[in-house]
Amino acid sequence: MTLIHKELSYFPGCSLATTAKENNASLKSFLEHFDIRVSEIDDWNCCGSSSTHSVNKKLALSLAARNLFLAPENKPLLIACPGCYLRLSLAKIELNDSKEKQKTYEDLFDKPYQRDIQLLHFFELLVQMSNEGLLKGLGGKLKGLKIAPYYGCMLARPPKMNKQKNHYGLIEKTMASLGGEPVQWPFLSTCCGTFLSVSRPEIATALVNRIMQGAVASGAECIVTACAMCHLNLEIRCRPENQLPVFHFSELLSLALEGNGSKGWFKRHLINPESLMEKRGLIPRRA
Amino acid sequence: MDTIEINKGSGDFAKQVEEMSHANLSRCWHCLACSGGCPFVKDMDYLPNAVIRMIQFGLKEKVLKSSTIWLCVGCNTCSMECPNSIDMAAIMDSLRQMAISEHCKIAEPGILSFHNAVVDSIFRHGRTHKLEIMMRYKLSQNDLFSDMDLGLKMLAKRKLDLLPSKVKNKKGIKALFKMSGGIS
Repeated sequence: MTLIHKELSYFPGCSLATTAKENNASLKSFLEHFDIRVSEIDDWNCCGSSSTHSVNKKLALSLAARNLFLAPENKPLLIACPGCYLRLSLAKIELNDSKEKQKTYEDLFDKPYQRDIQLLHFFELLVQMSNEGLLKGLGGKLKGLKIAPYYGCMLARPPKMNKQKNHYGLIEKTMASLGGEPVQWPFLSTCCGTFLSVSRPEIATALVNRIMQGAVASGAECIVTACAMCHLNLEIRCRPENQLPVFHFSELLSLALEGNGSKGWFKRHLINPESLMEKRGLIPRRA
Repeated sequence: MDTIEINKGSGDFAKQVEEMSHANLSRCWHCLACSGGCPFVKDMDYLPNAVIRMIQFGLKEKVLKSSTIWLCVGCNTCSMECPNSIDMAAIMDSLRQMAISEHCKIAEPGILSFHNAVVDSIFRHGRTHKLEIMMRYKLSQNDLFSDMDLGLKMLAKRKLDLLPSKVKNKKGIKALFKMSGGIS
C-alpha cells in the first residue's frame, strides 16, 4: 500500500494560472508521470496575496476561507504556490482557533467547516514521493548542471507555524539525486522583494541583483526556485550583466524525466535558458 | 537626543497592538536579530526592533507615520531569526491597518496604492489580474512610462494576459467584501 494520495485537490493560485503558466504545466506534467492526478478546486479565488492582509485582516481571512470551504472533503489539497500555502494555512489556524469564526463562515457558505483539511505544500508531497522511492532510478539527466537553489522567503513562516516541518535543503537533495550539482552560496533564503518590484522597483532591483551576482559568483549556471513570484522578480529586475537562466523547480523536475519537457515553457522565460539547456543536453541542439 | 516622556497612557498603544496582532511585545529583548535579518532595513526609517521599542514607549504617531511599516513585505524572515518567536509580520499588518483607519499621513503612499489596486482587482474578478493592477497602479502614480519596455516584453512573452482569469461566482466574492469591508 502506498502512503501518498494519488488523487489530490489542487489550488494553483493566480500566478500559476496566469504569469507562471509554465510553472503550472510543468508541475502537472511531473505529477502525471507518477499517476498523481490533481483536480483544481472549482471556482477557487485569490488567496488574498500579500496585499490583502496588509490592509484588511478580516478580508484576508474571508478570501482564504472561501477556498478552504470549496475544497472537496477527504482529499488533501495541494497548494502549488508557497505564498498561497501560507495564506491558506494561516486561515486554517485562525478558523481552528475560533468556533465563532467557523460559525460565521459556515453560515455564509452554508457548509460545515473541515477543521482537519490537509493542506499539502508541494515540498511535502515531494518528500512523500521520495520516501516511497518514486524518485529513485530517474538517473542523471541533469548531469553536470550547476544549480543555485533559491528559496527566497518561501520557507520562512510566522511563529504560529514554526512547529511544522521545514524543508531547507530539499531542492539541493532532489537536484543532486537527478545528477545536478547544487552550489553553496549565500543568498538562497534572501527575500526577492515581492511586490516592491512594482511599488518600489529600486529596492527590489538592488536585492535581485545582489542575489543574482551571488549566484554568478558561486559558479552556478542557473538558479532554481519553487516560487513563481521569485521567478518573475529575478527575471524582470535583473540587470543584463548579472543574468543567469532561472528555472521553476517543477520545470527541472520535469526535464529530468525522459522526454518530459515542453519547449513552450521555456519560450515564456524573459532570460532565455535554451542555450544552457542545449549545452547540457536537456534539449536537442539546434542545427 | 529627544526626551521621551512616559506617562499613564503610554501603555495604551502597546495594548492595542497586542490585541490586534496577538503578538507579545514584552518578549522582545532587543537583540536586533530581526533587524539583522531583514533585507529591507537599508530603506526603512526605523529598524524593526526599534518599532517595537517605540510601541512600548507609546510613540504612536511616529510609528504609524513611519516608512518601516510599509516597506515590510511580511516575508517572515524576522520571525525565523527571533529567539522569542515574536510575530513581527502580524505586528506590521496591525500597524498598517491602524495607520489607515486612523487616517495617518502614509509614509509610502505608492505602496498603499499598489495594495489597493490588488484588492480592487480581487473585488472585480475574484483573482488578481496583473496587467490591470500594473496599469491602475501606474495611473495612480501618474507614471505610465517607467517600465513600459518591460511591460511590452512581458506581453510579447505572454507573461501578461490581456484578459483576467475570473471567478464565476462574482456574487460570492462581493459578499465576502461586504462582510469584511473593502479597500481603504
